[in-house]
Amino acid sequence: MATFFGEVLSVYSRAVEEDEYDDLEDENEEDAQIRREIEEKREVRVRWCPEVSKSVESSEQLQCSDLLIAVGPNAAGFISAYVLRPEDWTQVGWVSLWNERSRGSSRPDTAPQPGEPGCVIYRQDSCPSVLVCQSTCYIAEDQLFQWAEKVLGSMQRRSLSVTVLSDAPLTEYKTPDYLSGGDAPFLRALKTSTYASTLPCPLLEQPNIITGLPAAVLSHCQVQRIPAVLFQCFTDVIHPDSVTMETYKPILSCLGTSVKLETCPSVEMLQKLTRIHDAQSNLYT
Amino acid sequence: MFVSAEDSTPSFKGFTLILPAVSVGNVGQLAVDLIISTLNMPKVGHFHTDCLIPMVGNGPYSSLEQLSTNAEVYSHSDLKLAALQIRSPVLQNKGKLFRKLLVSWIKSSGFSRTVLLSSSHAYQRDDQQLKGPALRYLLSPALQDVGDTLRELGWAELEKVSVFPGINDSDKRHYIPGGGVTKGLYADCCAESVPLAVVLLFCSEGDNVPDAFTLTNHLNYWLHLLEKSPQGATPWKVPSSWRLLFGSGIPPLLF
Repeated sequence: MATFFGEVLSVYSRAVEEDEYDDLEDENEEDAQIRREIEEKREVRVRWCPEVSKSVESSEQLQCSDLLIAVGPNAAGFISAYVLRPEDWTQVGWVSLWNERSRGSSRPDTAPQPGEPGCVIYRQDSCPSVLVCQSTCYIAEDQLFQWAEKVLGSMQRRSLSVTVLSDAPLTEYKTPDYLSGGDAPFLRALKTSTYASTLPCPLLEQPNIITGLPAAVLSHCQVQRIPAVLFQCFTDVIHPDSVTMETYKPILSCLGTSVKLETCPSVEMLQKLTRIHDAQSNLYT
Repeated sequence: MFVSAEDSTPSFKGFTLILPAVSVGNVGQLAVDLIISTLNMPKVGHFHTDCLIPMVGNGPYSSLEQLSTNAEVYSHSDLKLAALQIRSPVLQNKGKLFRKLLVSWIKSSGFSRTVLLSSSHAYQRDDQQLKGPALRYLLSPALQDVGDTLRELGWAELEKVSVFPGINDSDKRHYIPGGGVTKGLYADCCAESVPLAVVLLFCSEGDNVPDAFTLTNHLNYWLHLLEKSPQGATPWKVPSSWRLLFGSGIPPLLF
């Protein structure tokens, strides 16, 4: 497509299906089998460690009062540095999934190693009904709905409250005013109709929208009437950094006393999270 | 799957359902936005399905802080009108399943007729389709009785085009490029004898707001959703979420 200014852009059609054919119409048995196998391979599974899976089996659902889901490098980094103290949190499960960009299922029965992309679930020792899920791997569009169904479906809905932390580039934020880099990072919130607590930041303005895992979780909670809130941090830094992570600090007040915030984050952890990308930027060093 | 926003399930018996196809220029979706926003239709439920890409935002029609999802149902009981707004594309390979869900919901809800607002690539029209206005309709066998009304309005039925143009002109079929689920849903509704009308506009991608107004105005001539103002124009209300269609503000220092 040529624009008004003359440059040629390759635009994708919003109609998605360019062609008319529906490959499912005239599918033979072999195609159907391949499709079934791919679907099976792409299935999202929640894996619990032995002691938790026993309690899940007996009551079919896990007791959970607060679920904190962190999506993206900054949100997950914030949880690692400010919340997850090794002496108070135990890894209790993970979500295993396979897609083009997350080939985790080569070892579907082992949890992701520290530092490896994946979705890991932790439980607070002092208050076992508080769970944290850190998601750092890519989840394909067709797996998002299933992820929300499987993870939230394995938890007891009564008295459950969900908080999602996520980060996005500043360029995705639409505003009538011009945003300079000095304004970022900042937080915006979205809540389901059953969420009643006061928010520490403004709600996401129209016409901004959220997609990806936070959208899938929020949609599920809205439909199932589970109180849920999403805090989206818009940042102008590409890599995880400590300033962006600090933006999430006021959120933990929403969680009340159930999740304790480390006032002095572990410097070691922060350095580990933010230093990963140093090696590549050696142009001026 | 339809999930009611209230404790009780609303009744759609005898209602007209309007829904968009996610198609070229999003014309159908924009038109449904205009109808919901102008008629102030309250939200009655969600169409919760894994066939659509998840998406959430803050209430698109007012400054009310209300979470909205990728597929929601709105209703206007005085007009006996329901609207299903779809805000995200159908996932690849899930089109067939999505159509099946839609048809079974339409059948079980007892809608008297369903209107699918859609669009098709203007550049793929053949010679006969280039003539006259860009609006076309298609009716499923169960809704053939409104054919006369539509012809009186000057609407043209979507022409069938040759499967092999120039070689064999006897083999003809309906061809809706860029129409998303339109053709499939039409075929399903014909097979299941669901009363469905497809109202589509040939258009190109770009600023499709004028196309949405054209489509909504045409639909209004048929369904009489809104009275014309004394000046002759129909006062459609543009939803507040249509702002910033072309991106954020620009740096003032540019000037």
